[in-house]
Amino acid sequence: MKKFLAVLLIIGLIVTSGFAGGQSEEGTIKIGAIFAVTGGASFLGAPEAKTTEMVVEEINAAGGINGQQIELIIKDSAANPEKAISFAKQLIEEDQVVAIIGPSTSGETMQIKDLCESYKVPLVAAAAAEAIVDPVASYVFKTPQKDSYVAKWIFSTMQSMGIKRIGVVAANTGFGNAGKGQLEKYASDFGIEIVIAETYDKAATDLTALLTKLKAKNVEAVVNWSIVPAQSIVPKNMKQLGMEEPLFQSHGFGNIKYVEAAGEAAEGIIFPAGRLLVAEKLPEGHPQKEILVAYKTAYESNYGEDVSTFGGHAYDAIMLVIEAIKNADSLDRNDIRDALESISGFPGTGGVFSFSATDHNGLGMDSLEMLTVKNGQFDFLQ
Amino acid sequence: MKRFYPVYILFITIVLIQVLTLITGKGYMLTQLTMSAYYVLVAVGLCMVMGYAGQISLGQAGFFAIGGYTTAFLTTIDFTEKAGTGLFKLLDSMGLLITKDTLYGDTVIHLSPWISLIAAVLIAGITAYALGIPVLKLKGHYLAMATMGFGIIIYRIVLGSAIFGQADGIFNVPAFTIFPGLELSGDFTSRISNYYIAWILVIIAILLMVNLINSRVGRALRSLHGGEDASDAMGVDTTRYKVIIFVIGAIMAAVAGFFLTHYNGGIGPSEAGVGKSVRYLAIVAVGGMANIWGSLVMGLVLNFLSLRGVFGHFDDAVFGIILVMMMMFMPEGFIRISVLRDIRSLFIKLFSRKKMKETIQEPPHE
Amino acid sequence: MSAEQVLQYIFAGITVGSIYAFVAIGYNIIYNTTGIINFAQGEFVMLGGMISFTFSRFMPLFPAIIIAVLITAAIGGLIEIVFIRRMRKNSVLGMIVVTIGISILLREAALYIWDEQIRALSFFTGTEISSVSVFGARISPQVLWVLGVTLVIVGGLFFFFKFTLTGQAMRACSENSRAAKLCGIKTDSMVNFSFMLSAGIGALGGCVVSPLTQTHYAMGTDLAIKGFIVAILGGLGNPIAAVAAGLILGLLESFSISILPMAYKDVISIIILLIILVAKPSGLFGSKQVSSLKDF
Repeated sequence: MKKFLAVLLIIGLIVTSGFAGGQSEEGTIKIGAIFAVTGGASFLGAPEAKTTEMVVEEINAAGGINGQQIELIIKDSAANPEKAISFAKQLIEEDQVVAIIGPSTSGETMQIKDLCESYKVPLVAAAAAEAIVDPVASYVFKTPQKDSYVAKWIFSTMQSMGIKRIGVVAANTGFGNAGKGQLEKYASDFGIEIVIAETYDKAATDLTALLTKLKAKNVEAVVNWSIVPAQSIVPKNMKQLGMEEPLFQSHGFGNIKYVEAAGEAAEGIIFPAGRLLVAEKLPEGHPQKEILVAYKTAYESNYGEDVSTFGGHAYDAIMLVIEAIKNADSLDRNDIRDALESISGFPGTGGVFSFSATDHNGLGMDSLEMLTVKNGQFDFLQ
Repeated sequence: MKRFYPVYILFITIVLIQVLTLITGKGYMLTQLTMSAYYVLVAVGLCMVMGYAGQISLGQAGFFAIGGYTTAFLTTIDFTEKAGTGLFKLLDSMGLLITKDTLYGDTVIHLSPWISLIAAVLIAGITAYALGIPVLKLKGHYLAMATMGFGIIIYRIVLGSAIFGQADGIFNVPAFTIFPGLELSGDFTSRISNYYIAWILVIIAILLMVNLINSRVGRALRSLHGGEDASDAMGVDTTRYKVIIFVIGAIMAAVAGFFLTHYNGGIGPSEAGVGKSVRYLAIVAVGGMANIWGSLVMGLVLNFLSLRGVFGHFDDAVFGIILVMMMMFMPEGFIRISVLRDIRSLFIKLFSRKKMKETIQEPPHE
Repeated sequence: MSAEQVLQYIFAGITVGSIYAFVAIGYNIIYNTTGIINFAQGEFVMLGGMISFTFSRFMPLFPAIIIAVLITAAIGGLIEIVFIRRMRKNSVLGMIVVTIGISILLREAALYIWDEQIRALSFFTGTEISSVSVFGARISPQVLWVLGVTLVIVGGLFFFFKFTLTGQAMRACSENSRAAKLCGIKTDSMVNFSFMLSAGIGALGGCVVSPLTQTHYAMGTDLAIKGFIVAILGGLGNPIAAVAAGLILGLLESFSISILPMAYKDVISIIILLIILVAKPSGLFGSKQVSSLKDF
């Protein structure tokens, strides 16, 4: 009984503190964002959150959209699906956002896909898995290039190099599993045999045992599909084991930090990626050049760190939502959705977006380039 | 029946909170309050294991995941393609198949969640029993390692197996129609009923636990906590009671996992991680170990705030600070007698002694 | 499997095993003087790597490592003074919770100091692509550094506990801290020293493995879990046995990868550990008589 008094007191305190929650300013455009800023997927979420904050600040400083300021509400899910669900419900109902960008990981996005669809809230995901836009949910979009494009680019490059037997390693994240699935799906179309496919832990720190297993299978090339630090451990361990086979990586390699961490071992890694990493090397007049260079310089001068393609996906997401709000000239979620779907020829960091009722990714095979690492820098594969 | 008074008060509080959200138009808060209720259920179960049976468990999230993943797996199997098979006919004749339209215009036929509820309870119970018999013979750090090892195994299995969706988890878990008109789902329209489903489940669990504590088993447990060797010598079958409580705690976690998975419409591997087990352990520890009410309050507070994203990027940091501070300054937990004494003396200062007595005797739910 | 491959797996196992051993040694040193398991041990490894990386940009590698080890040791000592000292009366359970809390705080602090990016010290000898051949198997020269440092630490600890007065005093504390106190040993400073020592060893480990494993703010948690398993496997309170247990776990993992999918690596190693634990709760090298007297 006595204990109970204290219990009640505390519950009372929480409830009152909960109810005392401040109301936000009127007349702003509320955009919600769910990113894994901390936790296991912080490689994705941290640059994504920084990018969106930067973009919104810039746009607000320039007067906002149609004279209205943007209010960005970023929620840090730490890559937990249950939090993403809770936050999505909060953003939809409580904050009444006009659209949600994110989440960072495919798992979280799939968990809230139906939620956004049934409550008719536009969701522009920064996660890669193809299942996000297949089947097409009318309110769900995504900005990263499709995994299947990446797999096809890798395989066609292998074909031209005459590679037939490959080994696949992937991290046990949503990104890694989805990529592994796409590779397994399309390999036979290109006459390539996957001799061995393995997953490693996202926090793996040593992969020599795994690569020894690959080496014993006499593979002609290795594909590593992940976003985690192991991307620079794989090339190091391969070299230490004396494996001279070419290493292909996924578009998750799009961060120069991984090249630095792998040092000399990174030389010659082949991977498909958006053009953000080679922005300066693009020919003048390329439709994406202007925005790529602008984003890159802005991000790097703002945060003093190198730009990554993940931040680029969030850049595209927020810019697409802003463009849709401008075009719709309305804050109604349905109007914004319609405006999103009718966006066409919009240059972003991932490519030139053209959405349609059947394509909510809006990018084609040409959104990717085959890149390689040369002298510690990203460069086009010749 | 004096020992049930707190339960009545809990119920009244629950109703009051709901009414309050209704009046202030902040009904959306019930979403996180409902989710927290299920985590509270895990904490209360673990409180029995740790506080009353004196056994540490760092694998409680594993049992939660068993419950959640069992139902997520079973109820997302599409029986549409299996129409005509013997199993289909058998299940259909028993009325255990449910037809549902998806958002994308398809129709799926899935298994009734009643089946998966029974499966979840059985699997969790049997696993806990099989694990408990050898492992509960260990003590202290060794027991902590063994239960944590169990948690890691479950985590690795769900993370590594394609049937459990690997890192993506399982989504599109259907709603659970408990009986016509009452549906367990995260739909905004059924939010109030779901709030009550969750908290009534907690109340039932607490009633059972209060009864258990005051029964023969409870007395045996207390003797166990006091000194295992002594109670052993007195003829108390300590291993048996430890295993019973361990199994009860596991089933409570699995039931919580089952309900939350249907409420959220999905589950991911983060629910099975060691980090989650540590959170449950910490909630019980800061709640005052052998204190169901402490676990309830701390479980509610920490989960509610965390699920609402109040701590932002500092979610883990705040949690760490609470852990360290509580253990440093209030090692017996937050809700203990001396805190009450402090509160009482505060009341004495503020009011006359007579008034204070009234406050204590009457539940202050103004 | 060819002999060459077997050797390759053995090397892979030994590399990983030594990393686990670094953590487990630290656990045992603290356990010996206090009877608690310090779950923040993995965080010391991370701090070692991070601090040395930061300093290595201003100075040569080896001074940077020494500074990192000293700073981390100081942090370890500080943690003992601020948190552990006033709570030593707590139950085992309470201490587990507290050290978990400390590890969370250290990890979050690292996230705000160094952000979420990975960092790697440069290789001590050679570069990322150097590799030496040992009986046909290929390993990075850094692996030899890891093994060498492990051996030096084990040898050093053996000498320290056996022949120095401080070491003997620490052993006395672990046998019976009240009796040690009566003999005039300052148990408080012994406990403090044990925290500094294990933090320093953890940090040194963090520096040596950083070129291979890279350093990331969240790396401590996994190491803490693996180190804990190893410490238990070897028998709590025995730093030398922890090294053997670490190598066993490393080899177990490495060979399980050779025949089974890597995704289930932990499942296999932990099931084996659980069996060992149930069959012989005092650990692989622990004595049953001693363990029955101790309060775990």
